Amino acid sequence: MARIIGGAAMSHVPAIGAAIDNGRTDEAYWRPVFKGFEYSRKWLAGKKPDVAIVIYNDHANAFPLDIVPTFAIGCAEEYDIADEGWGARPLPKIQGEPDLAAHMARALILDEFDMTIINRMDVDHGLTVPLNLMCGSPAQWPFKVVPICVNVVQFPPPTGKRCLDLGKAIARAVASYDRDLNVVVFGTGGMSHQLQGPRAGLINSAFDNRFLDSMADDAEALARIPHIEYVREAGSEGIELVMWLIMRGALNPRVEEVHRFYHVPVSNTALGHIILENR
Amino acid sequence: MAGDDFSDIPGTVLFDSRRARQGYWLNAFCTSLMRAENRVAFKADEAAYLQRFAMTAAQREAVMKRDWNGMLALGGNIYYLAKIGATDGKSFQQIAAEMTGMSQDDYAKMMLAGGRAIDGNRGMAGNG
Repeated sequence: MARIIGGAAMSHVPAIGAAIDNGRTDEAYWRPVFKGFEYSRKWLAGKKPDVAIVIYNDHANAFPLDIVPTFAIGCAEEYDIADEGWGARPLPKIQGEPDLAAHMARALILDEFDMTIINRMDVDHGLTVPLNLMCGSPAQWPFKVVPICVNVVQFPPPTGKRCLDLGKAIARAVASYDRDLNVVVFGTGGMSHQLQGPRAGLINSAFDNRFLDSMADDAEALARIPHIEYVREAGSEGIELVMWLIMRGALNPRVEEVHRFYHVPVSNTALGHIILENR
Repeated sequence: MAGDDFSDIPGTVLFDSRRARQGYWLNAFCTSLMRAENRVAFKADEAAYLQRFAMTAAQREAVMKRDWNGMLALGGNIYYLAKIGATDGKSFQQIAAEMTGMSQDDYAKMMLAGGRAIDGNRGMAGNG
């Protein structure tokens, strides 16, 4: 039986990918960012997961405005790296886990989460930056990936409660899969940031730290935060934090926080990171 | 919906379905910049390239001027507009600074000092 062994949430700021690709990780600006993930890389290497379910939002790369799925699951064999406008990042292809993904899609839809099915997709920094933060830059990624894409670009995104509930359904779907696999779940995006307009650069560390404080033991309260509070308090792109709740929902009600990191700034964004293990 | 009025949040455009319709072709132009040959063609003759898309004259003008706030007001979405910045060789932080009217240097310093403070930037008159 497949089992979820833990989850991590982390920001997915594209500038982190650029810092890696341009060999700038040892610069004073970037060193503390990567240092904050030293423990995380050891933690993940020790867990030896077979699969990572990576919850992220596409940034106008795989899904232009032609079709905007609220929740979508990747069922492909592999995923190419997107050219987001500055050339594709020099990264190994992402290997999918199509059999598990197809099982999850079926289980989620019968569990009344009407997932969009992705059979071909290029993945952008929303997925690749978290892999870099958790694995470094290996020649091949050390696990297969099931991408789950969430619309947070065109309002309204799904509610926090719906995201937490989807996470719970993901846990049921994984638990009902009969191959012996160790699975981790990454919830990506956030924390507070606003990328647009005269209020760009907004950071709300108090909001972010309250959010981090509640992740382990009070996710139901986080799930009640309305969209307007995210936009007002955490910035127009801070709404990405609803994706952390999918990861949280996929873990047990009782979890242990084993690592936390918070750093301002990374480009325009407050970087937040937390690792939770099932009890 | 009661308690769901985003309009008083300062300096913020909510990209909803109405704006997605308004900005469809502007954003479609941005999507086209994901291909290297299109970036070359755009840079070679911006006005001619923009004629390929059914954008309004105001949208074309805002693109040519790199008027980011103008593009946002005309239905552009920041993740799409970022592809124009990438084509220009600019980082996301450079675009963000231009949207705020601050110099690159002042904006970078503000971020290093902890970012734009939330106090005074919430909206809700008298309750910011």
